[in-house]
Amino acid sequence: MTAYKHNDLCIGVTGLNANDNPGPGVAVIRALKEGLGIGVKIIGLSYESLEPGIYMHYLVNKTYQVPYPTAGTESLIERIRQIHEKEGLDMIIPNFDAELYNFIKIAPQLKKMGIHTLLPAIDQLLMRDKVNLAAFGWQNNFHVPADHKLLSEADLKAAAEELKFPMVIKGKFYGATVAYTLTAALNAFHQIGSAWGYPVIAQQYIKGTEINIAALGDGKGNNISIVPMRKLYITDKGKAWAGVTIEDPALIKLANSFAKATKWNGPYEMEIMRDGEDRLFILEINPRFPAWIYLAAAAGQNQPVSLVKMAMGEEIIPFNEYEAGKLFIRHSWDHVVDISEFQQFSALGEL
Amino acid sequence: MKLKKNIATSESGFIFNPATGDSFSGNAIASYILLAMKNGDTEAAIKQNILQKYEVSPEQLDRDWDDWTVQLKEANLLESGTYDSI
Repeated sequence: MTAYKHNDLCIGVTGLNANDNPGPGVAVIRALKEGLGIGVKIIGLSYESLEPGIYMHYLVNKTYQVPYPTAGTESLIERIRQIHEKEGLDMIIPNFDAELYNFIKIAPQLKKMGIHTLLPAIDQLLMRDKVNLAAFGWQNNFHVPADHKLLSEADLKAAAEELKFPMVIKGKFYGATVAYTLTAALNAFHQIGSAWGYPVIAQQYIKGTEINIAALGDGKGNNISIVPMRKLYITDKGKAWAGVTIEDPALIKLANSFAKATKWNGPYEMEIMRDGEDRLFILEINPRFPAWIYLAAAAGQNQPVSLVKMAMGEEIIPFNEYEAGKLFIRHSWDHVVDISEFQQFSALGEL
Repeated sequence: MKLKKNIATSESGFIFNPATGDSFSGNAIASYILLAMKNGDTEAAIKQNILQKYEVSPEQLDRDWDDWTVQLKEANLLESGTYDSI
């Protein structure tokens, strides 16, 4: 089956923010346009008026504002129903951790409307949650850092006794700070807790080389695609600003072990730290495409396109090779638009 | 002493280890030696060629070669165990 069959699809994509901690949406769309052809219609689903993807008309045909995840599933399905009536959505690709729970919940209703998704189950989502990661790792023989769930300052002090400094303070969904003192850890605890809620997680600091793996599970215990990337330039938020694809059988084996243990359905990203003894510690499992997913497409494995084909019911042959040594270097770009576009999106919720 | 088989080198002296993502820049002589090693030339043959091309004593070359070997080992560019035989 060729890309031609899918070049008239209408696909909704979230995660259009592209700041120094970018969402994956723009990269996902770039991969879709490249793999499915420019005929594919992309509908942006945005939470805020200043998400840059809204204004990238060469990638996004039209964007609609959608309610925040905290508004609940009723608001979300109602808004999608409105959008669907106008655009005729074939599929939605959610790209934020915080919205996944709602999208998984409404997936059966979306299917009845003719809108396909390919998402993990709720129990899969929960087992890799940062709060449950350590237990998941121990149960399945993965190396994971020790951690503590923090609800109070007292919890933090107890965690510091065991984990020592430095340690990593993490939010439930986003945010991570390496704290070298108790004062710094307390500040991070309060800051991250107020932003993303509780519990906050204190995680053992592992020194080593940071590697990420972008993969796509078939829901039966296998991976359709695996592409590992070594971070070369890391921002102060810990995000890769440059990276290179690498080939290492141990990384492929790790991703395959994860897929087998979880029967993961859909895209995911493994954040790995290789320590001085060559052990691969799983720091996080993100239940979605990473922001650098276009690199995987450029290296020969277009995971967003495979996701679409799988969601549309097509049998996919797993990828078995990619090009190592493909480098991405992220950059900033001042995209200039007329204020009327911003005004229209802010006032009417669509552009 | 053997370079790992998947190590990528260029004529400009750039070295890339695709297993780790590490990259290094070497000078002209490093570039020449790496290419010779990839071609399977022996240590003796490489040294002989250098002695013919450059004004260097065999003793100095041996010391520099030992240093070179340590650098390759530290950079994780050698096949495991192959540096023990030098």
